[in-house]
Amino acid sequence: MEKHFTDSRVKGVSTGTTILAAVFDRGVVIGSDSRASIGGEYVSSKTINKVIQVHDRIFCCMAGSLADAQAVTKTAKFQLSFHSIQMESPPLVISAASVLKQLCYNNKEELQAGFITAGWDKKKGPQVYVVSLGGMMISQPVTIGGSGSTYIYGYVDAKYKVNMTREECLQFATNALALAMGRDNVSGGVANLVVITEAGVEHIVIPGDKLPRFNDE
Amino acid sequence: MAAASMMPIFSQNVSSNSDLVPEWSRQEVSTGTTIMAVEYDGGVVVGADSRTTTGAYIANRVTDKLTRIHDRIYCCRSGSAADTQAIAEVVSYQLGFHSIELDEPPLVETAAHLFRASCYRYREELMAGILVAGWDRRKGGQVYCVPIGGMLVRQPVSVGGSGSSYIYGFMDSNYKPGLSKDQCLDLTTKALTLAMERDGSSGGVVRLATISEDGVERRVILGDQLPKFSTH
Repeated sequence: MEKHFTDSRVKGVSTGTTILAAVFDRGVVIGSDSRASIGGEYVSSKTINKVIQVHDRIFCCMAGSLADAQAVTKTAKFQLSFHSIQMESPPLVISAASVLKQLCYNNKEELQAGFITAGWDKKKGPQVYVVSLGGMMISQPVTIGGSGSTYIYGYVDAKYKVNMTREECLQFATNALALAMGRDNVSGGVANLVVITEAGVEHIVIPGDKLPRFNDE
Repeated sequence: MAAASMMPIFSQNVSSNSDLVPEWSRQEVSTGTTIMAVEYDGGVVVGADSRTTTGAYIANRVTDKLTRIHDRIYCCRSGSAADTQAIAEVVSYQLGFHSIELDEPPLVETAAHLFRASCYRYREELMAGILVAGWDRRKGGQVYCVPIGGMLVRQPVSVGGSGSSYIYGFMDSNYKPGLSKDQCLDLTTKALTLAMERDGSSGGVVRLATISEDGVERRVILGDQLPKFSTH
């Protein structure tokens, strides 16, 4: 009935989801919502995990067809651990992103999945890469994806600053996810956040009732 | 007149693959757009971008999408340019007539209901999303939203058009009740700028209007004067 310019016919299949990743001064924050839905009418899971660990300090978030995304991340995880053993050192974030890109590009006819890869390595520190549907890979300081991301482009453009502190970045990511979940009916549940720094990895889960609340009209 | 009537016949003979008739001229004119209206105590602020497109061609880069319906009632138009212009003309006429009969300025709510009546009755044929905003003596500043389909709802702040999706998050986090007129102008300018940066169908300049008991104050913010956000 109501014609949205962002519906799935225009953008391609998009998992009802909101994912994001942002670089701060000493690390990255990567996060997502936790809702899986069927056709936007039934919530098949309220607490699904969309932030997958592919190596010690490298995580990725999936967007698009969940089935495709899971298959690709499994393959990538294997290839990356093999690569890491051969090199005898932890893999670079760009290597992880490149593995995903190769899989997405070489199988672009069959697959419909995009990824945000975020992590920390010794060579370049904290980084975020986005691999989009056809297999393009670019590095950005902050990136958002999924159906809920359309509603927070303005907020992210206005609020993100380079070299934020860990607390500022966490607040920014939490607010962005909360705003997207408030407007997108296929994003919701809890906010799953992972903070990756040289020191280690920290998982933060913010349940629905503890999310920041904004002025509801 | 003879020359003008020859044109349609000429273009029909030209096949659609010909270079003589460009792709964009065969597409409907659309105000893919970003529009916004905010109430404050004493009036309303309305704003819009200025881009009208036919396909990928920008037919008008300085469009005025803030249309006067009555002295203190304006509407912001989004969707098909032809449909919204036609509806606005019809409603202006109806409202002008009604105001003369009543012998007093019309209510914003009346204007909104007239828009809704047209948009709902002809919902299958039309593609029009309209924000009606203005000031009247009974209820002060009011914003009414009449989206595609013909619903009518009053909201303290409302955004519309293709670019509006990108600024829901910004609007939810930055709007609070009780803002002053200048804060509303600032919020509208920032929101429209953010949307114009992300939406390909929105762009150009930002047109603003403030409507209150004292009248209507219009301003334009040109491209180089728009607020800048961190580039990444």
